[in-house]
Amino acid sequence: MWDLDRWQEIGHTLSRHKLRTGLTAFGVFWGIFMLVLLLGAGNSLKQGAIDRFSGNTNTIYIWVGSPTQYAYKGFAKGRRVDWNIDARDMLRKKLEGAEVVVEINELGGWQAEQYIVHNKRSGTFVARGTHPEVALNSGYAPIKGRFVNANDYDQKRKVAVLGAEVYKQIFEPGEDPVGQSIKIAGIHFMIIGVYKSIIASENSRRDDSRILIPNSTLRTAFNQTEYIGSLRIKPKNGVSAVKVEEQALALLKEYHHVHPQDTTAFGYYNTEKNYMKVVALFNGLNAFSWFVALGTLLAGVIGVGNIMLIVVKEKTREIGLRKALGATRGSIVGLIIQEALVITALAGYIGLVAGVAILELFAILLVKFDIPGFGAPSINFTTAITALVLLIISGLLATLLPAHKAAAVNPITALQDD
Amino acid sequence: MISLEGIHKHYTSDSRRLHVLKGVNLSIDDGEMVSIMGSSGSGKSTLLNILGLLDTYDHGAYQLGDTVISAGLSEAKAAQLRNRFIGFVFQSFNLLPFKSALENVALPLYYQKIGRKARNYRAEKLLDMVGLGERTKNMPNELSGGQKQRVAIARALITDPRMILADEPTGALDSATTDDVMTVFKEVHRTGKTIVIVTHEHDIAEQTERLILLKDGQVERE
Ligand SMILES: Nc1ncnc2c1ncn2[C@@H]1O[C@H](COP(=O)(O)OP(=O)(O)OP(=O)(O)O)[C@@H](O)[C@H]1O
Ligand SMILES: [Mg+2]
Repeated sequence: MWDLDRWQEIGHTLSRHKLRTGLTAFGVFWGIFMLVLLLGAGNSLKQGAIDRFSGNTNTIYIWVGSPTQYAYKGFAKGRRVDWNIDARDMLRKKLEGAEVVVEINELGGWQAEQYIVHNKRSGTFVARGTHPEVALNSGYAPIKGRFVNANDYDQKRKVAVLGAEVYKQIFEPGEDPVGQSIKIAGIHFMIIGVYKSIIASENSRRDDSRILIPNSTLRTAFNQTEYIGSLRIKPKNGVSAVKVEEQALALLKEYHHVHPQDTTAFGYYNTEKNYMKVVALFNGLNAFSWFVALGTLLAGVIGVGNIMLIVVKEKTREIGLRKALGATRGSIVGLIIQEALVITALAGYIGLVAGVAILELFAILLVKFDIPGFGAPSINFTTAITALVLLIISGLLATLLPAHKAAAVNPITALQDD
Repeated sequence: MISLEGIHKHYTSDSRRLHVLKGVNLSIDDGEMVSIMGSSGSGKSTLLNILGLLDTYDHGAYQLGDTVISAGLSEAKAAQLRNRFIGFVFQSFNLLPFKSALENVALPLYYQKIGRKARNYRAEKLLDMVGLGERTKNMPNELSGGQKQRVAIARALITDPRMILADEPTGALDSATTDDVMTVFKEVHRTGKTIVIVTHEHDIAEQTERLILLKDGQVERE
């Protein structure tokens, strides 16, 4: 079937209609090309957006909100919830879907900056309590020394980890900070490491401008033993953060005698919701890309079918002659199908390669000019194969009608002299 | 031997029924060279198409050598028998314009799945036989009408068919080239092939062994 004679015929037919074939092939080319570009660009944006979560796709944050809205169980309304470490321990016991429940305190209230002194240099930064578990999902990478560990926390050691910006401001360039001491609100802490936020985003500078100390140390050293700032909850693998959040809020309301309908006594935030929104947005974008590209591809394929119809019409006499000389329907149909497939497959393949090449180029440029907010633009192998298979199938569909017409050519009428 | 008995054929177009062949009885011996004449529209081409398995008939009986050709012969079977037993020569040559003389002659063997080399070898010999041994590489538009028709005859011969069917093979030729073509036909006839030529020209008919005259859908005279 795939013999030289066939290829000769196909070459001849295609070259006889160079412009027409070229335009038709361009339709198919463009469809695949756009599909690759759109999907690649979508993936790049999606990856960029997901990178901002830096793996923190399902952390739940809960804090004390406004005064209560309802009177409940003998408590008047307008009361502000007063919680302490017992709330955390209660959740650790009762909140089944949670993997990690930790409390975070801040020095001097939310985002309040502290005057930090090291030798003759100083600056104002946020000092925040932390836990060994926090580094895991906050996108912090140690660039010097180490992060807070379990012993630091349990023994309430006076140790501190500096954000990279803090280090830059209060140390000489190249100076090794590990083992040195700084003064935070009048108390000496030993520096054990420097961290840097690994996500490239506008938040990273803020993240790098903090000083982290074990939360247990913070609470005892700065007189916050009867108080916790906020709770951070990480669900177990595969458990929905939205569910865990609901359960945690219900448990906390019950524990603190807050009416179940109260919506503001606790503030809460959950990265999963945002993450899901981002994922849904990009899934939508993805679907839209397919829709647009498939539309273009369909137009291209209709073009191929159209051209094949013209070819068959022009070749009626030739087909009739071939039949008279012994060609079977199968061999005639095979020729038409092969011809259409050559156009679609070739044009599609070139489109695919061109699209991927452009994506690669963008990937290189993104790295070279260090543009944040985008991931490497790429399409996965399955998508590429799907596109190609789709192309072949559509190429075949395009030949259904022309091939049928070719097979139905009657040699007598085709060869009639007139 | 080829024999037709009581062959009927009608066409229906625009809901008008046209009864073209009304019981044709005919037998042609192996190796015979016959001509068919008749006025325009008398059904000569129709008869030739039925003989050549390009068309089916309504009823009657058709025997091609040992093979009984039934009225409802399938298209695939017809294609196969045509390829093996019958060679066609048309008034307008019907050479493929983008193939050389050699490739045109070799084409029927392609449908027998014979390799290119063997095909070309036989095509060359046949072109030689019709006097075009020097023209194998020429494209059809580089050949005269008579040369084209000789290429077509070589093509009809390449499958070594039982018979050659020619529908007005000289209809598009002037008298000089007509003679060339008829010379080739007679040579082919000498090799033992059955030849049936449809023609309007008495000169041609006279050069065959027997004349079959069609009139009113029947063989009027032999
Ligand atoms: N496919 C067809 N459909 C309808 N009518 C047809 C068809 N083919 C032939 N006819 C009719 O059948 C009749 C016989 O046609 P045919 O071609 O056999 O005549 P012919 O003897 O070869 O004529 P000519 O000498 O002009 O070639 C004509 O009236 C013609 O119009
Ligand atoms: Mg005729």
